[in-house]
Amino acid sequence: MSDQLVKIRGLKIEGRSDETWNPIINGVDLDLNKGEVLGLIGESGAGKSTMGLAAMGFTRDGCRISGGSVEFDGIDLVNAPAAVKRGLLGKRIAYVAQSAAASFNPAHKLIDQHTEAPTQHSVQSKAESEKDGIELYRRLRLPDPDNIGFRYPHQVSGGQLQRAMTAMAMSCRPDLIIFDEPTTALDVTTQIEVLASIRDIVEQFNTAAIYITHDLAVVAQMADKIKVLLKGDEVEEADTRTMLSAPKQEYTKSLWAVRSFQRPQKPAVNVGATPVVSVQNVTAAYGTVPVLFDVSFDIHAGRTVAVVGESGSGKSTTARCITGLLPPKQGHIEFDGQVLPLDYRQRDKNQLRQAQMIYQMADTALNPRKTIGELIGRPVQFYSGKTGAEKRKRVDELLEQIELEPTQYFNRLPSELSGGQKQRIGIARALAAEPKFIICDEVTSALDQLVAEGILKLLADLQDKLGLSYMFITHDLATVRAISDEVVVMKDGKVVEQGPKDQMFQPPHHPYTDLLLSSVPEMDPDWLTTLLKERGVDNIGDAAVDKMA
Amino acid sequence: MITWLAAVLLGSIPGGWLFRFLGQKLTNNRPYFRDMGFGMAFGYVLGAAILVSAIWMYIVSWSTAGAIPDTYFFYRTAVHGLILFAIMGVAFLWFGRLVGTAGTRKLFRSMPVTAAFGILIIILYAICAIFADFIAPYGQEEVLGNANVVPGGNPALGGNPDFPLGTDQIGRDILSRLIYGAQNTVGIAFVTTCLAFFLGVTGGFLASTLRGWTDQVLSRLVDVLMAIPALIFALLLITAASSLFTGFGLTVAMIVIIAVIDATRVFRLARAVGMNIVVMDYIEAAKLRGEGLGYLIFREILPNATAPLLAEFGLRFCFVFLTIASLSFLGVGIQPPLADWGTMVRDLSQFINFASFAPQVSAVALLPALAIALLTVAVNFVVDWMLHKSSGLKE
Repeated sequence: MSDQLVKIRGLKIEGRSDETWNPIINGVDLDLNKGEVLGLIGESGAGKSTMGLAAMGFTRDGCRISGGSVEFDGIDLVNAPAAVKRGLLGKRIAYVAQSAAASFNPAHKLIDQHTEAPTQHSVQSKAESEKDGIELYRRLRLPDPDNIGFRYPHQVSGGQLQRAMTAMAMSCRPDLIIFDEPTTALDVTTQIEVLASIRDIVEQFNTAAIYITHDLAVVAQMADKIKVLLKGDEVEEADTRTMLSAPKQEYTKSLWAVRSFQRPQKPAVNVGATPVVSVQNVTAAYGTVPVLFDVSFDIHAGRTVAVVGESGSGKSTTARCITGLLPPKQGHIEFDGQVLPLDYRQRDKNQLRQAQMIYQMADTALNPRKTIGELIGRPVQFYSGKTGAEKRKRVDELLEQIELEPTQYFNRLPSELSGGQKQRIGIARALAAEPKFIICDEVTSALDQLVAEGILKLLADLQDKLGLSYMFITHDLATVRAISDEVVVMKDGKVVEQGPKDQMFQPPHHPYTDLLLSSVPEMDPDWLTTLLKERGVDNIGDAAVDKMA
Repeated sequence: MITWLAAVLLGSIPGGWLFRFLGQKLTNNRPYFRDMGFGMAFGYVLGAAILVSAIWMYIVSWSTAGAIPDTYFFYRTAVHGLILFAIMGVAFLWFGRLVGTAGTRKLFRSMPVTAAFGILIIILYAICAIFADFIAPYGQEEVLGNANVVPGGNPALGGNPDFPLGTDQIGRDILSRLIYGAQNTVGIAFVTTCLAFFLGVTGGFLASTLRGWTDQVLSRLVDVLMAIPALIFALLLITAASSLFTGFGLTVAMIVIIAVIDATRVFRLARAVGMNIVVMDYIEAAKLRGEGLGYLIFREILPNATAPLLAEFGLRFCFVFLTIASLSFLGVGIQPPLADWGTMVRDLSQFINFASFAPQVSAVALLPALAIALLTVAVNFVVDWMLHKSSGLKE
């Protein structure tokens, strides 16, 4: 019996849209041996997920395999009868989806969903499978493994759900697991735990895996070899260390270089200068649930303040307090030294104009039924009263500022733009109000790295040209390093630490800042191992392995 | 009959197995037959059996054609109608694919036959309603002397070629009244639905945008109105209104009453759809810009709610239309001598008793009912297609 588990040759996949079949994958080969982990990376739309699913002999609705072959352990999956595939999926091939929260059935307990596959495939009885599930939860370091399975999906956190899903994929001890961006939706500190658990369990059972992600640093920790995809074509494939140290293709090199963008630290602000925005002792609550406790910081003219923290730390709530969507219970917001009314409804047009916002999801931030011209034209007309040719001229100016060709984009709808272009329209809409201060709420986290870098550079240029101040909300420390002048670290609704960027990235840190900083994956393939050793968490569950083997 | 049915059902079991087995053998195990479930094979065979017996029944029906009593009259008419409508639908679909602008041609290419048929019927009804004065051979209130002429225009069976669909008890031409009925029934239903939508959508979006007290007051008011059975409530209110208004005033009162009752259903939908839209960031951005309520509702929310609202408009139109027909049937809707399909069904209903021995005679009462049914089916076909299209676009 050969060592080769998956053998894909010249795979072609097409997707149907507008009544024609468009190629998604144009003839890619893939080989995977038993116990090996392959990292598939590429931008969104590169065909990573389609490729991963094809390794299971599966295509999404509206797609078809139009050429090539997929062999799993000698079985031809393209032409296999449905009954044969049913016997393989779940039992010998498992899949871990990106969003565990959306993939679990909210009406059933975790353990009941866990036992489904083993009982269906007659691998284990329900009782055995439950016991095994608890054991797997323990080895994946879930808290309270004996009882956590008896909870419903909404009762556990996102990182725990992702691990429960990995346990579920492991339930039949498959030969192959496909991980489709399993940590993309998680905070850095949670990501570490999930990564460590996945890596350990894959090693322990000698499972082969295809790990799909767009984060290079993550794949560096997980994979034995890496394959880079671009628009359905293979760019290159190599052993992880070779790939990281000596990428051959230009495209791969450009992917590697993205993280280098960084603005120099600006000189300190004059003592006594009036800040553009001053958040003073703000305490806020949703109903009776307190979320912000005594938050204070200043944002000066022409500076960028990055607000960093995990989800639930109160970053976005602070932004809602500044914009007046959530009036604070205590404290107030000053703009140019003047106290703003707490509720946005009581602010006048000029006060509203001065502070603008750019959102994380450009998809939901732009009305899908309006053209670009209408989207940007409305604030121009609303605030400046310009109409007709004057308005058109201003919109064209704004489009040029965000580096989009006015004549080409004026009449398009948001759905006809790429993610990065949509985000640029969001920026233009904010600029149309001619503000002094812009809140950027995770503006780059939904974008590919190359595109995100372009947006960050654009924001930096605009700041230099127009003297804007930014409040930059993010959980990504690479972004902080790239664009900020000052950093505010938040945790559980409180400001943990704040100061100039250079100072923040130098030790000594506050313990929480230290945890955040050390949790950001680095490109070094040994990073995770070293880090876990430092933190004193050795390869977990060694005792458990003996027991189970 | 029952033993016959049981035999077909039982026979389909081995038939299904045989069908699948032969399919696998003859096509050399093509994936379609290979992965076919037994239930599916059973369904194919049962469907084929039903189709064969339907065709057989149609052939048999010719042997009794013209005889009195003609047992298969309605069946034969139904088959003819189905074939006629299918041809009309397909012809219209091909017509749409060949003629028109690039946009409409593309629309017709992605359209199923059912939707094309629905659109065609709606267009025909609209033409009837708008040009009733020119199309109808006689006036809707004109008494022509010859009462109870049988439809079909065959003098041997009691018909008259001057009145192809016959006349009613006091000698009014049925065809003319059906055409004018389109004007009255459909026209009034359309106005009522529009009014119901104006009230319901405005209220629903107001509730979802403002929330708080506005939402509570509007929603509870709607709950109270919805707690009373719609038809009985309408009956009650129209009876009360009839003591205040007569003639045209009463018709207006009926429109308002039905519109208010149906607006409650529209309100619920508009509120639910609005709730999903107001949480979007672009609404927040518009609020923070300082936009007024009118702009928010009509320029930001409404364009994004058109697909579900349009689909609901089609369904709501059918319900309103049926409510008016029911009220007319009960005698409180559109007042005579105006022609109305509901009233016509009521007036001619005694002829249904003749169905077993003189089907042509009883057809008089079924014609207005058929007119109602055909429009309802047509509108639903179009609505289904629009719903499918809008859900496909959302992804």
